[in-house]
Amino acid sequence: MQPNPLFGCSIRRSTAIVKPAAFAYEAPETVEEALALLKRYGEGAKVLAGGQSLVPMMNFRLAQPEVLIDINGLAELDYIRLQDGPEAGRGLAIGALTRQRTAELSPRVGEHCPLLAEALGHVAHAAIRNRGTVGGSLVHADPSAEIATVLTTLNGRVTLRGPAGERTLAPGDFLLGYLTTGLAPDELLMEARFPAIRPGARWGFLEFSRRQGDFAIAAVAAVLELDSGGACTVARIGLGGVAPAPLRALAAERALVGRRIDGDAIDEAGRLAQEVCDTEGDYHASEEYKRNLAGVLTRRCLAQALERGREAA
Amino acid sequence: MTPRAAHTIRLTVNGEAIERAVEPRQLLVDFLREGLELTGTHAGCEHGVCGACTVLFNGKAQRSCLIFAVQAQGAEIVTIEGLAEGARLHPLQAAFREHHGLQCGFCTPGMLITAYDLLQENPRPSEAEVRVAISGVLCRCTGYKQIVDAVLAAAEAMS
Repeated sequence: MQPNPLFGCSIRRSTAIVKPAAFAYEAPETVEEALALLKRYGEGAKVLAGGQSLVPMMNFRLAQPEVLIDINGLAELDYIRLQDGPEAGRGLAIGALTRQRTAELSPRVGEHCPLLAEALGHVAHAAIRNRGTVGGSLVHADPSAEIATVLTTLNGRVTLRGPAGERTLAPGDFLLGYLTTGLAPDELLMEARFPAIRPGARWGFLEFSRRQGDFAIAAVAAVLELDSGGACTVARIGLGGVAPAPLRALAAERALVGRRIDGDAIDEAGRLAQEVCDTEGDYHASEEYKRNLAGVLTRRCLAQALERGREAA
Repeated sequence: MTPRAAHTIRLTVNGEAIERAVEPRQLLVDFLREGLELTGTHAGCEHGVCGACTVLFNGKAQRSCLIFAVQAQGAEIVTIEGLAEGARLHPLQAAFREHHGLQCGFCTPGMLITAYDLLQENPRPSEAEVRVAISGVLCRCTGYKQIVDAVLAAAEAMS
């Protein structure tokens, strides 16, 4: 230890610099092993996937799990499959451990769910997406997360597995609120299912943040299907960052169905989308600002969806 | 075995096989800097925002402050020390020098590794693509202009 002449105290150069609190480390090689470890350690354990949200929380000691169960070895959870179901229709089943960057660049995602591919491009930066996982973002449940916003907009599903077997939840039953999900401590998220964007459907995604890659102050995803006469048959509008969890602007959707989507229809949808915001604001933006932004982004997102359709036609 | 105890990891760093015992909570950035004395990788914000600690982890740019060293078992890591070939600078390093792509140098290792990953994926990026790619690395000196120039010049030199 050497005295520091500036501060009159001693600075010790540690030989083992550490930030997080101590934890035990387990690296299971199969889902069964991971589930057995979750059962054994209970609430003191946290699952470590990409770690792009959990490790910052541990570095700040906001999270101090006793045990980390590192699932990066579970190759069985790394996949992107196209599925056709009689009930659920066509969709992409994405394994929980699939890296965000892998999904973003996947031709299969680009073809069947381009909305997801585009939204993934807004998740932080490439170096984060190279490690961050689709499942990890969903389980972290940040209210402004793009993946959760798309899952909500498309009314996808998540599959969880625990000691009692598997269960499948709708977005609203899984994304319960700020950093809160329906995942039990002994369960593992296995898969997220994103319904495909049907051929001919129009879609848009917009978010606003202070800088490229920052958390969205507000994000909007939209999907429109029009009949041959130009009348809207299906409308989906999802909002992120303006409520404890992403949510659908159902009244705005209803206002669009059955009519031609002109300027008046878009304005009305924007107004109705503002009303579903459930936020007190945060240090980036006041409630009023966020509410206004949700309306503006909804209008622009619908216009973007229509424009995209014209380009494709 | 108590799981909190040190784990022995075997990995490759800049082409060299390494075997070390690490405490689970030691971050990869601290392992590289303190354990291997590869201090070219910088520890900045230590929560994934500034990008100074970016290394190639199995060929892809990742934050070494958001990975535990114990997770690098079996990994191939390239740090800024591994970019030049002996005394010959990598074209990106040469371009950064030529175009004054650094002032204080703190962000430079992260910038170079991030730009390296970009050019691996996209050998002739547009200026806009370079700007998006380096947006995850914070530089407080250059205003980014010279860095963008350097990456574009390196892309041209390498193609």
